Amino acid sequence: MDKIIEIKNLSKSFGDKKVLEDINLYIRRGEFITLLGPSGCGKTTLLRMIAGFLQPDEGSILMDGKELAGVPPHERPLNTVFQRYALFPHLDVYDNIAFGLKLKKVPEEEIEKRVRRVLKLVAMSDYEDRDVETLSGGQQQRIAIARAIVNQPKVLLLDEPLAALDLKMRKDMQIELKEMHKKLGITFIYVTHDQEEALTLSDTVVVLNEGRIQQIGTPVDIYNEPVNCFVADFIGESNILKGRMIRDRRVAFIKHEFDCVDEGFGEDVKVDVVVRPEDIYFTTDPAKCQFKAKVNSCIFKGVHYEMWVDTDTGYELMIQDYDPYPVGSEVMLYIDPDDIQVMKKERLCNTLYGTVKDAETVTLLDADFPLKSGFEPGTEVKVEIPFEAVDLMDNLDDGIIDGEVHFILYMGDHYHLTIKTDDGDFLWVDTNDIWDKGDLVGIRLNPENSKKEIKITKKDEQAQ
Amino acid sequence: MKKFFAKLYIWVLLVVLYAPLVFIAIFSFTESKVLGSWEGFSTDLYRNLLTGQMQGNASLLAAVKNTVLIALVAAAVSTLLGSVAAIGIHNMKGRAKKAVTFLNNIPMINPDIITGVSLFLLFVFLHFSQGYLTVILAHITFCTPYVVLSVMPKLQQMNPNIYEAALDLGATPQVALRKVLIPQLRPGMVSGFILAFTMSLDDFAVTFFTRGTIGLDTLSTYIYTDARKGGLTPELRPLMTLIFLVVLILLIIINIRQDRLSKLKENR
Amino acid sequence: MSKRSNWSIPYAIFLVFFVVLPLVLVMVYAFQDSQGHFTLGNLAKFFTDKDALSTFAVSIEVALENTALCILLGYPAAWILANKQYNKSAVTIVLFIMPMWINALMRTLATAQLFTMLGITLGKGTLLFGMVYDYLPFMIYPIYNVLAKMDKSYAEAAVDLGATPWTAFWKVTVPLSMPGVTSGILMVFMPTVSTFAISEFLTNNKIKLFGTIIQENINSSMWNYGAALAFVMLIIIGITTLFDKDKEQLEGGLI
Repeated sequence: MDKIIEIKNLSKSFGDKKVLEDINLYIRRGEFITLLGPSGCGKTTLLRMIAGFLQPDEGSILMDGKELAGVPPHERPLNTVFQRYALFPHLDVYDNIAFGLKLKKVPEEEIEKRVRRVLKLVAMSDYEDRDVETLSGGQQQRIAIARAIVNQPKVLLLDEPLAALDLKMRKDMQIELKEMHKKLGITFIYVTHDQEEALTLSDTVVVLNEGRIQQIGTPVDIYNEPVNCFVADFIGESNILKGRMIRDRRVAFIKHEFDCVDEGFGEDVKVDVVVRPEDIYFTTDPAKCQFKAKVNSCIFKGVHYEMWVDTDTGYELMIQDYDPYPVGSEVMLYIDPDDIQVMKKERLCNTLYGTVKDAETVTLLDADFPLKSGFEPGTEVKVEIPFEAVDLMDNLDDGIIDGEVHFILYMGDHYHLTIKTDDGDFLWVDTNDIWDKGDLVGIRLNPENSKKEIKITKKDEQAQ
Repeated sequence: MKKFFAKLYIWVLLVVLYAPLVFIAIFSFTESKVLGSWEGFSTDLYRNLLTGQMQGNASLLAAVKNTVLIALVAAAVSTLLGSVAAIGIHNMKGRAKKAVTFLNNIPMINPDIITGVSLFLLFVFLHFSQGYLTVILAHITFCTPYVVLSVMPKLQQMNPNIYEAALDLGATPQVALRKVLIPQLRPGMVSGFILAFTMSLDDFAVTFFTRGTIGLDTLSTYIYTDARKGGLTPELRPLMTLIFLVVLILLIIINIRQDRLSKLKENR
Repeated sequence: MSKRSNWSIPYAIFLVFFVVLPLVLVMVYAFQDSQGHFTLGNLAKFFTDKDALSTFAVSIEVALENTALCILLGYPAAWILANKQYNKSAVTIVLFIMPMWINALMRTLATAQLFTMLGITLGKGTLLFGMVYDYLPFMIYPIYNVLAKMDKSYAEAAVDLGATPWTAFWKVTVPLSMPGVTSGILMVFMPTVSTFAISEFLTNNKIKLFGTIIQENINSSMWNYGAALAFVMLIIIGITTLFDKDKEQLEGGLI
C-alpha cells in the first residue's frame, strides 16, 4: 500500500488539557480523507500538526517515510486552505496566488502561466487584479484553494473550508472540490464537523471525539457499521438502544428478540444496538411482524416521512418511510437481521478511584461523598457507581460537585448523558429527565434510584 | 533563547521608563532642596505636603485641588455630553453622520497647543473673562471626543433589537433607555469617564492658555511656573510618589477585577 | 428611531462653537494686523524671520527623529507584547501605559533632573531621550492594538506558502500593521512639533521648539503673529492627516 503520511502514537496537550491522545493513522497517496468530529475533538489540532504549526508532544508524523517533526512549516511539501481563507488583504488576487511562487524565485513568466492556469481551474479567470476584500465568500474560497494548489503540493490540507458559506453555496463547492481532487490527483486532508459533507466528499472518514480516533472507514462503513454510540449518533439519525446478546446471531432489545448477523460477543452479554430509522419496516403480514407499535407523530421531511412510534413494550423509536401512517394507528413492524448493528458496551458503570475519609465519607474527584465503605480511613478504594445512581440537580448548590451536560443519547426509554465535571472528569448518567447540552448541573449520588448498588472495593494495586 | 531576548528587551524598556519615577520616589525621603544629594532619611517632606506647611509656595495644595476638581467636572460633563452624542451619531446616516464624526475627530488630532491657542482667541474675541469656567469648557472640548469613541463601540456591539424588545414588552422609551440602553453602554461610559478624567489631569497646554490671569493654577501650570522660577519645590517629590502609588493601587484593583470577570466568563 | 439621531444636535452645536469657530478665529487673526485690517504680513514675517524658520526646521527635525526612534523602539516592543508566546499577561501592557497616568511635566522634570544628577549636559541628546520617553507609549499602544487583533492565520498562511518566519514578518505582518504605525505617527509627530514646556525643561532652554515661539508670542500679546504661526501648524496637520485613512485604531481607548 502506498502510504504518503503515517501518524504514529501522536499525543498533544495544551496545559493540563489533553487534546489528542495516541493517534495512529495512515493516509494513502491520492485519497480524500476527512477528519470528522464535533468542535473541540482535536481535528484542527491534528491538521495543524501535519502542517507544522504545532509540534507533537509525543509520537511522530512521517511523510514518504521521513520524519516531519523538526521540519519547519515553510519547508513542508504541503499547503493549507485556511478556515477563514486568510487571504492577504494588502495584496490583490494575482499577488496572493503568486506569493508562494515568488518566494521560491520561480521566473516571472512561469509564475504568470501557473497563476493563469489555477485561476482557470477554480473558474476565476479575469479576477487577477481584484482586491481580495471585494470578493464574495465563495470567490475568496476559490482564491484560497488556488493560492495553495499553485505550489503543486503533494498534500492539500483543508481546514473547514466551507464553514463560512451558505448552504446552497456549500453544496456547489462540495461538488467542485470533489472534481478538483480528481483532476489534481493529489492527497486531500479535509477537516469538518459536518457529517454529511464528510460522507459526500471522502474516500476515507476518520471520526474523532475527545482527542481519540473513534472509527476509520469508508463513508458506507461508518454509516452502516458504527463501532460505538458516539459514531452512531454523530453520523446520521439512529435509534440507539440497550440490548443483550443472547448468543451468536441472536440479540434482545426493546424487550423483544431478534435475529442478527453479529457474532463473537459471547452469551448473555450486555450490548448497545443501533437501528437506522430507515431500516425499520412496516408490514401488514402478521407472520413477518416482529413487534407492534402505535404511531405518535408523523412529519413530512421532503423526501420521506419521519415518524415516532411507541412500541408495545414502552420504547420510543424513530422510523423513516416514504409512506405516512396516521397518528394513533396501530402498526406492525420488523427489522432485517442485516440492519441490526450490535456494539460492545463501552462501560457498564462509572468507575472512580478515591480514598476513604471516615466511616460515612469517601473522597472522590476531590470532593466528599457520603458513602459507607466499611474500610479504615485512608484506604484507597475503587467505587463503581451505576448510571442510575448519579443524581443531577438544577441548582448547582444542591450538588456535591458541578458539571456540564456534555453529550446526550436518547436510548428509546431514557436518556444516557455524559457529564463533564468542572475538573474535566467524565461521569455517565441514566435519567428520565430532559436536559440540554451545555446545561450546568449539580451532581450528587442517590443510590435509591438504582436497582444495582454502589460497589466499593479495595483498590487493586495491579489495576493501576 | 529568543524568548529570553524578547523578555530582556521589554524589561530594559520598562526599567528605563520607570527610572526617573523611582529616582524621584527615593529622593522624596530626604529633605535636601536639590535633587541628587542625600541628606539622610526623613519624612518631613511628606509631613509638609500633607499639612500644607511648605517652605516656599503654599499654593501647591490649592493647585492639586483645582486639578482634581476641574478633572471631575470636565469628565462628568464630557461623559454626559459624549454619551448622548454617541447615541445620536449612532442613529444618524449619510453625510450628516460623516460631518459630526469628522468634527469629533478634530480635537483629538489637534495638538494641545492649537486647541489652547484657538480657544484662547475665542475667549478673547468674545470678551469672555478667563478663569475656572473657561478652563473647564476647554477641557470638555478635548475630553468629549474620547468619550464618544469609548461609547460608540458599545453601541455597535449592541444587538439593535434589545431596545425594541424592551418597548415590545411594554417599556416606555424612557424606561427602555434607563433599564436597557444605559446598562449596556455603561462599560463604555465608565472607560470614557476615566479616559476624560486622566486627559484632563494630565493637560498642561490647554489650561495654560485658557486660565487667564486670575492666578488659577493646576498641578501642571504650577510645576511649569515653579520650574521656570528655577527650582522644583521639594514637596513635589512626595506628591509624585503618592500619585504614583494611587495610580498603581487603582490599576491593580482594576486588573484583579478584570481577571476575575474574564475567569468567570471562561468558566461559562 | 429617527428621532434619536437628534440627540447629537447639542454636541454638534458645541463642536461648532468650541472647535470650528476657534479654528476659524485662528485663521482670521492670522490674516489681520493689530488694527483688524486684512494683511499677509504675519505670514510674510514668519517666512522672512530666520530665527522662526530655523526653530521650525529644528522642530520638524526633532519630531522626525523622535518619531523614527519611537517606531524603532516601539514596534519590536509592541510585537513582543502582542505575541502570546512571549507575553501572556495583560499586566506588562498596563506597565507600559501606567507612566502616562502621571503628570507629563512631572515626569519630564524628573528625567531632566536625573540627567543633571548623572552629570549629563542637557541638550539635543537629552531632548530626544526625554521625547522618546514621553511618547513611546503612544507609539506602542496603537501598534500593539493592531498586532493583537491581527488574525494569526495570515502569518501562518505565508509560512505555509513557503516563507520563512522572517519573510512572513516583513511581507505580511508589517504591511498589515501599517494602520497602527500611522496612528502611532499621528500621536507622536505633531505633538512633538508643538510641545513647549518639555523642550524647555530637557534642554535648559537651549533648544526652542515651534510650540515655544507660539506660546511666547501669545503671552506677549502678539496674538496675530501667534495665530499665524498656529495657522502654519494647522496646515501641516492637514497634510499629515491625509496619510491617516484609518482612525479606528483609537477606538477602544487606552484602558
